[in-house]
Amino acid sequence: MNWLEFITFDNALIRNVVLGSTLLALSSSVVGCFTLLRKRALVGDAVSHSVLPGVCLAFLFQGTKDPLVLLIGAFITGWLSLLTIDLITKRSRIPEDAATGLVLSVFFGVGILLLTYIQHLPNLANQSGLDSFLFGNILSISEKDLYVFGAVAICLLTCVWLFYKEFQVLSFDEGYASTIGMPVKGLRLLLTTLTVLAVVVGIQSVGVVLMAALLITPAAAARFLTNRLGPMVIIAAIIGATAGLTGTFISSAFRTPTGPWIVMALSIMALGAFFFAPKQGILAKWIRQRHWNRQIQDENILKAIFQFQLDNNSNDPVQTETLIKWRPMEAKQLRSGLKRLSSQGYLEQNNGWLLTQVGQKRGERITRLHRLWETYLTKYLKIAPDHVHEDAESIEHIITPELELELEKLLDYPEKDPHDSSIPRS
Amino acid sequence: MADQNTTSATPALEVHDLTVSYHSKPVLWGVDFTVPQGTLTGIMGPNGAGKSTLIKSIMGLVEMNSGFAHILGGPLEKVRQQVSYVPQRESVDWNFPASVLDVVLMGRYGKLGLFKRPRKADKEAALSCLEDVGLLPFKDRQIAQLSGGQQQRVFLARALAQDADIYFMDEPFAGVDAATEQAIINLLKKMREQGKTVFVVHHDLQTAPEYFDWMVFLNTRLVANGPTKKVFTQEVLKETYGGKLSLLVQVGDLLAEEGLPPRKG
Amino acid sequence: MTLIAGDYWSMLAGCLVAIPCAILGCYLVLRRMVMIGDAISHAVLPGIVLAFMLTDKMDTLPLLIGAGSLGMLTTFLIEFLHRKVRLQEDASIGVTFTWLFAIGVILVSTFVSNVHIDQECVLYGDLVNIPFDLMEIGGKEMGPVAIWTLGLVNLCVLAFVWIFYRQLFITTFDPSFAVAIGISATLWHYALMGAVSMVSVASFESVGAILVVAFLVAPAATAYLLTDNFKLMLGLSVLFGIASAILGYLLAISLNSSAAGGMVTVAGGIFGLVFVLSPRYGMFSKKLRTLFKVA
Repeated sequence: MNWLEFITFDNALIRNVVLGSTLLALSSSVVGCFTLLRKRALVGDAVSHSVLPGVCLAFLFQGTKDPLVLLIGAFITGWLSLLTIDLITKRSRIPEDAATGLVLSVFFGVGILLLTYIQHLPNLANQSGLDSFLFGNILSISEKDLYVFGAVAICLLTCVWLFYKEFQVLSFDEGYASTIGMPVKGLRLLLTTLTVLAVVVGIQSVGVVLMAALLITPAAAARFLTNRLGPMVIIAAIIGATAGLTGTFISSAFRTPTGPWIVMALSIMALGAFFFAPKQGILAKWIRQRHWNRQIQDENILKAIFQFQLDNNSNDPVQTETLIKWRPMEAKQLRSGLKRLSSQGYLEQNNGWLLTQVGQKRGERITRLHRLWETYLTKYLKIAPDHVHEDAESIEHIITPELELELEKLLDYPEKDPHDSSIPRS
Repeated sequence: MADQNTTSATPALEVHDLTVSYHSKPVLWGVDFTVPQGTLTGIMGPNGAGKSTLIKSIMGLVEMNSGFAHILGGPLEKVRQQVSYVPQRESVDWNFPASVLDVVLMGRYGKLGLFKRPRKADKEAALSCLEDVGLLPFKDRQIAQLSGGQQQRVFLARALAQDADIYFMDEPFAGVDAATEQAIINLLKKMREQGKTVFVVHHDLQTAPEYFDWMVFLNTRLVANGPTKKVFTQEVLKETYGGKLSLLVQVGDLLAEEGLPPRKG
Repeated sequence: MTLIAGDYWSMLAGCLVAIPCAILGCYLVLRRMVMIGDAISHAVLPGIVLAFMLTDKMDTLPLLIGAGSLGMLTTFLIEFLHRKVRLQEDASIGVTFTWLFAIGVILVSTFVSNVHIDQECVLYGDLVNIPFDLMEIGGKEMGPVAIWTLGLVNLCVLAFVWIFYRQLFITTFDPSFAVAIGISATLWHYALMGAVSMVSVASFESVGAILVVAFLVAPAATAYLLTDNFKLMLGLSVLFGIASAILGYLLAISLNSSAAGGMVTVAGGIFGLVFVLSPRYGMFSKKLRTLFKVA
């Protein structure tokens, strides 16, 4: 296949394949959102492995690679695997994860037995395409087949769109869904059917082994980018579609199965979401922590200078060394903090450090909050006065003006803290 | 038995300024108290007050944000062999393929090293503990075939097999019939008479004053700590069960939301 | 059906895969960690391929170390996604193993062209060829290499479970009690996962990366339906493992298909039988019991 043709969509067949694989990946990702939210992500893995024996049996009985026949075979064993997991967990003491692993691997083993059996049959010529079910190869299937799977995918999406509201309640709170009169059993059945269908169409592009990724990974990534279901489904669909597109493109370039490349693209996008998501991502959390650490440091410096001047009853500039001696701080952090504060206009350098008006105010506020919180702890939590300092050291930085007001009111505007230092108010 | 340098004057438990958070939201806040040896102590408070968390953090099962707990005057590592822990009954899978004796023998595992196997003496100790809780005839029974009360007694026997001085028990009366509860409390009282110190997370206010001679009242913060006669008062109960402090809840929510770096203990 | 000498070696190799898998599987089933075992067995693939690409042969030691450490990495990654990134646990497992497995398949299909390692081998191993890769010491033939490797792994796993029986037992039944008496649940968790990784790597050549899971879970789950004694459960699961290996091999040659597939099919069949018929914990055990009580 020519790369250029691929990129420019010149060839109608290529265009169909690319559109098809995008559509298949997209529809599986959408259904995956609901399985993920219902905490049944790995069940999708079981279904996808269990599809293999169905495909093989359908081929054995019918002797054709007619997509409809294979699809029906796949659908039947996929469903059967879910029923088996249910039966095992309900009727014996085998835990659910063991039942899932058992069904997954045994169905797959039977599938492998049948597949290798078919491959060694002398008389069947047209069998070679079956292993593309293992790792997926969208490029190997015919245009007509693609229409069939495309139609199924569109059905799936329509169903999700129609029953969106019901699926939302079902995934969030099944018990509640039944109390408001929803046909929970029927809906569960429908959602399970959709999952099985999503697997059956998805394996065309990803293959049975890695199908789980198409159900789980886009949904997991989308979950990190939004806290609402609607956007989550859409983002998952976009991620799935993008991966389907890139995966098909790369695999056609390397002439290898499509599945692994789609999964690779999915995983990279998911890892990206885990690390760089604006609110829930690792990086965002890290930045927030850093921000807090810096703020705490700055406020501690302002507080130290304020208290030093208060205690010594002077407004003279304070030397860096004096500060270190007075309140043990790390010298390097202190110097960078001082520099930052003076550039922000909280401090002035003049033969030492002086608080500006805003700096004075902020230092005073932190001191006030510290002492107010100490008073609160001794009064309401009955903590001994000599044990309250540590806690106040951290809480003083987080109290909002509203909470400050509430605290003042609750404590009836106290004059002194538990250590008999006065609580400053200006 | 007690170490040479711990006398009966050393407190059994000293909790100092303990703060424990779950997902950066404080569950226990600045908890600070001391309990003397030889008491049967009830740890009381409403649901979600942090009673189990207190025991778990003392046993090193959940991380402390700040503060410490000393047992018999030292950190847990120094006195581990003298301390026993009874988890909540629901915390394990009772379908596990183990016999009653298997579970009770686990109480001896801490004293055995990495490679040593239980000896005859260990087995005899386990059997005598089973006799103490009245389960000797059940020693080969699979644990799933026991009633809730019997399962609780198996846990108790396992703790007895540790031959410790301090016992922490997480809701030993949960889901237990009245007769078993009576049997257990009698056993605990006997243990106290032998000089052991027992801490029990307990729910039922009706029975509490009869069971315990020392009480710790918790509701995120410490409300009261002292001999039952002194602290089991209307005032303390009202404060413990009268809801959380709204300001504390607000600040706690703020901490969880902002992800403020936890304090370094 | 006539069996030749090579068949016996293959059957022996199957048994040597089944034994350590069955033993470790008992722990996985009871710890509710079967799917983590599934993830590990998938995820060792890129490790195997990388070790193979670097050394250019199927050398046992670098393979066990390289791929085994990848199994540990999987465990760490799942924990990391679950605890630090706060992704729900089933999704953490799913994302991790599909990603690592995809890397493995890409490496195999793109960079490696060798008889020892190809896509089919990844899926269901190659028990039939095991007798032909012989070990030679000082010019003397000492039997197939795989038998020696698997034998060694068997010894390691048996020693591990024998020596640390108590630690594994207590951290499986009641991890918080274990921690309270000073036995680290985390340490033994990782030790066990390390053992699972090692077994997955060693079994790869014989049964592939995916069917290992069946060897881990099926015999153990079957045994769990029959007994309440943990030691007996270990013994029974080994027995079921061996039976599946031998009967499955015979099934596979009679159908002229994959040996590993046959073994797993039989293992599933045995489970099915026990599930239906087990007197104590089977599907009809309650009915059976009431029937006998009435009679």
